Amino acid sequence: MSELTEKTVYEHAEALRKKEYSSVQLTQAYLDQIEAEDKTVGAYLTVTAEKALESAKAFDEGKYSGSDSPLAGIPCGIKDNMCTKGIKTTCASKMLGNYVPPYSAYAVEKLEKAGAVILGKMNMDEFAMGSTTENSAFKICRNPLDINRVPGGSSGGSAAAVAAKEAAYTLGSDTGGSIRQPASFCGVVGMKPTYGSVSRYGLIAFASSLDQIGPLSRTVLDNALILNVIVGHDKKDATSIMRDYPDFTVDIKKGVKGMKIGIPKQFFGDGIADDVKKAVLDAADTYCKLGSELVDVSMPSLDYALAAYYVISSAEASSNLARFDGIRYGYRCDEYENIDELYKKSRSEGFGAEVKRRIMLGTFALSSGYYDAYYKKALQVRSLVRKDFDDAFEKCDFIISPVAPTVAYKIGEKSGDSLQMYMGDICSVPINIAGVPALSLPCGTGEGGMPVGMQLIGPEFSEGLLYRAGFAFENAGK
Amino acid sequence: MIKDYEMVIGLEVHVELKTETKIFCSCSTAYGAAPNTHVCPVCMGLPGVLPVLNGKVVEYAVKAGLATNCKIANYSKQDRKNYFYPDLPKAYQISQYDIPLCKDGYITIKTSEGTKNIGITRIHIEEDAGKLIHDFRYGTMIDCNRCGIPLIEIVSEPDIRSSEEANAYLEKLRSIILYTGISDCKNNEGAFRCDVNLSVRKKGQEKFGTRTEMKNINSFHYVVQAIEYEYRRQIDVLEAGEEVVQETRKFDQDSGKTYAMRTKENANDYRYFPDPDLPPIELTPEDIEKIKSEIGEMPDAKKLKFTTTFGLSESDSDMILSDPNIAKYFEEVVKNTSYFKIAANVLIADVMRMNKDEFVCPVAPENMAKLVTLFGEQVINSSTVKKLLKRMWEEDFDPALVVEKEGLAQINDREILSAVVEDVLKANEKLVNDYHRGKEKAFEALIGNAMGRTGGKANPVIITEILKDKINQ
Repeated sequence: MSELTEKTVYEHAEALRKKEYSSVQLTQAYLDQIEAEDKTVGAYLTVTAEKALESAKAFDEGKYSGSDSPLAGIPCGIKDNMCTKGIKTTCASKMLGNYVPPYSAYAVEKLEKAGAVILGKMNMDEFAMGSTTENSAFKICRNPLDINRVPGGSSGGSAAAVAAKEAAYTLGSDTGGSIRQPASFCGVVGMKPTYGSVSRYGLIAFASSLDQIGPLSRTVLDNALILNVIVGHDKKDATSIMRDYPDFTVDIKKGVKGMKIGIPKQFFGDGIADDVKKAVLDAADTYCKLGSELVDVSMPSLDYALAAYYVISSAEASSNLARFDGIRYGYRCDEYENIDELYKKSRSEGFGAEVKRRIMLGTFALSSGYYDAYYKKALQVRSLVRKDFDDAFEKCDFIISPVAPTVAYKIGEKSGDSLQMYMGDICSVPINIAGVPALSLPCGTGEGGMPVGMQLIGPEFSEGLLYRAGFAFENAGK
Repeated sequence: MIKDYEMVIGLEVHVELKTETKIFCSCSTAYGAAPNTHVCPVCMGLPGVLPVLNGKVVEYAVKAGLATNCKIANYSKQDRKNYFYPDLPKAYQISQYDIPLCKDGYITIKTSEGTKNIGITRIHIEEDAGKLIHDFRYGTMIDCNRCGIPLIEIVSEPDIRSSEEANAYLEKLRSIILYTGISDCKNNEGAFRCDVNLSVRKKGQEKFGTRTEMKNINSFHYVVQAIEYEYRRQIDVLEAGEEVVQETRKFDQDSGKTYAMRTKENANDYRYFPDPDLPPIELTPEDIEKIKSEIGEMPDAKKLKFTTTFGLSESDSDMILSDPNIAKYFEEVVKNTSYFKIAANVLIADVMRMNKDEFVCPVAPENMAKLVTLFGEQVINSSTVKKLLKRMWEEDFDPALVVEKEGLAQINDREILSAVVEDVLKANEKLVNDYHRGKEKAFEALIGNAMGRTGGKANPVIITEILKDKINQ
């Protein structure tokens, strides 16, 4: 293992500026690491070595427009549900197995303008539906900390690559925990930003009202540096919010003295494993030592959030994924008698089991006669959950909770039981339902020595505050 | 038995808006481009794209609503209508379901039975789908140029009771839309398409019968045909003791008949839900006021002005109002002349005939007004009007100057004209005799002869008078 890949984004930026090593050397180091590790880990679906080295060379020769950005010349990976012009974008689905988009996602364009070097596309659960990356149509991804365990999902490849040092950082997407939960399982840092702060243009939609792109990184500071680059209003996304986004690193070292931290009991219920509870509550103690105060908050509607999430996300998915019909691009079945059969066979063969399950669930929930009982009801729950968060933030600056009920579990352990799998999202989905930001970061170890992640949840646009709190914890006792 | 029944009709009209760009992307809306050239990832529905609403579409739809006396929603939203069809790239159409932009309006129509208000239930915005091209060599191909062309759907109340009313409603609606300037309403380009919902019931019965729907009829003439056929068909069904089936029927232009397409049981469940990619449409009273101030006078108000202030006949008013461009031109002309009726006559008899499809007049309204005044003041006669107009069409000029310069003023002097008539009578004894033997045509020939002798400048009214006097002496 090259020691270059051990460094953080912040350190790389310093070193590249001082010309301690070149971007080509750095990129080659990561490519070597991918070569050495990825056969086992399976974090990448596509590696674009040649393109990456070209970008690195352009940076070294000063030909990059964004060479003053801290991300310039630094290699990264992109989850394979974000469109990359000229590079295969599959959503880990047979349906898009050979799909090459003619345009790049806004977030990818932002990174490219900042001079980022893109190493390739990351493995994921098909169409971001799943919590283990076992639903990838091409290969499973393993947890680099214990290869018999799952890396989490759906951004499992993005988290595993950062943990395995196969990329300095990655982009993931989070619809119900898909950045935070794999970050937690792999012991890295992941941010689900405020809904509307990072453009979704070019992110292949799973559930439009919940999807949000965010960074995964080794450290909190790195994460803030990346988010600085990808946030901002985009006129191509009507849900993107126009406002002045601050530099998230400015206040990062200011500490948490005098802050009020909410502990909602609903997040620490029976379903949460003891090792996880303990690690998160220990972290809360650490915050007390750093000068914060803990307050009890109650969020009664959280009990319904999971059900509402599965109705809303599946309903939107059933519509979003309807365009994959075998007509214009993507997978088409070999033989068909008529147009209906072409649709049915292409979709039956092109989608995996979990995707089909959610499409059916969502189609049902939107059907005439059921809409009021399911979809409309779910939207009502959504308003209640939002109100719970609003009320809670009246009493505290941010909330602390587990990200997932357990540490990373064994591959295959839960894949046979959808309901048990869905229960794993219980702590993460309320955040998407409310549209607020949450930062996932390691806070200790649990069963089998695996990392436990906690999430810091704040009101809309409080990313700066969450990074500040995360940074304080990360550096406590150092 | 047909007299025992009445028909109940509601119409749904799709109007294509003439915005420069499509409803959710910046592709051109121009008609007639080569297939799949006015497309981009957004209107092709490629993975990852997002729609962004074109503000002009809202503005235009609100104009349609205001012009048809609708209430405009301060808050409305867009919904997805989900169904699979190869011409629909996203497999859902973005439309409006339960909160349309405009609702509860009406328009006033006039038929042989008098005037009547037809209610407008709602007007909503939506995107058009693409076009399938069936070719026996290559199979079915898709042209996505039309994907994302903005439409409004105007839904009437079931207030229409005859094909005549249906036709009057469509004519009136088309005229109103044309005057708002939001669409060209060209039937042949599919810019004005009509769905007919029709049921029959016994006269005096309050409850509606079971309705059928006939989709996408693109000419008013066919709408009338379809209604008449379907009306009789439903009565026949009922008289035979059977029940009308709720279904979608296709109107066949060649046979003039309607055929069953799909029944209610086979109808799609569109699974409407609010499009999460699009925020609600919010309009303040100020926004609506501003749009209102941009709408010009509607045809009814103009007609009143034409028939009263300008003293035109109903039919002349209708002719001029049939095209907003003609009406606009007419109003420009009458700013500079007080001979309103003559101006109308020149427009209808001469200018409109010189046009084919679209109204264009290369003559400046001020010059046209001068021409009209010259005729009105009897300075020139009608044949000079025609001659000058033809020349002005080629190259516009001030007709007063040319009449002066070229001596085109007509001869009104009775003495001069009497002398001319004397000469004509002397020189054409045969024609005079023919006239006296009862040949009316001989009289016209004599007039022509007299006109010819004055170089076409004689006042035709005066010369006719003199000739009549002298020939009968």
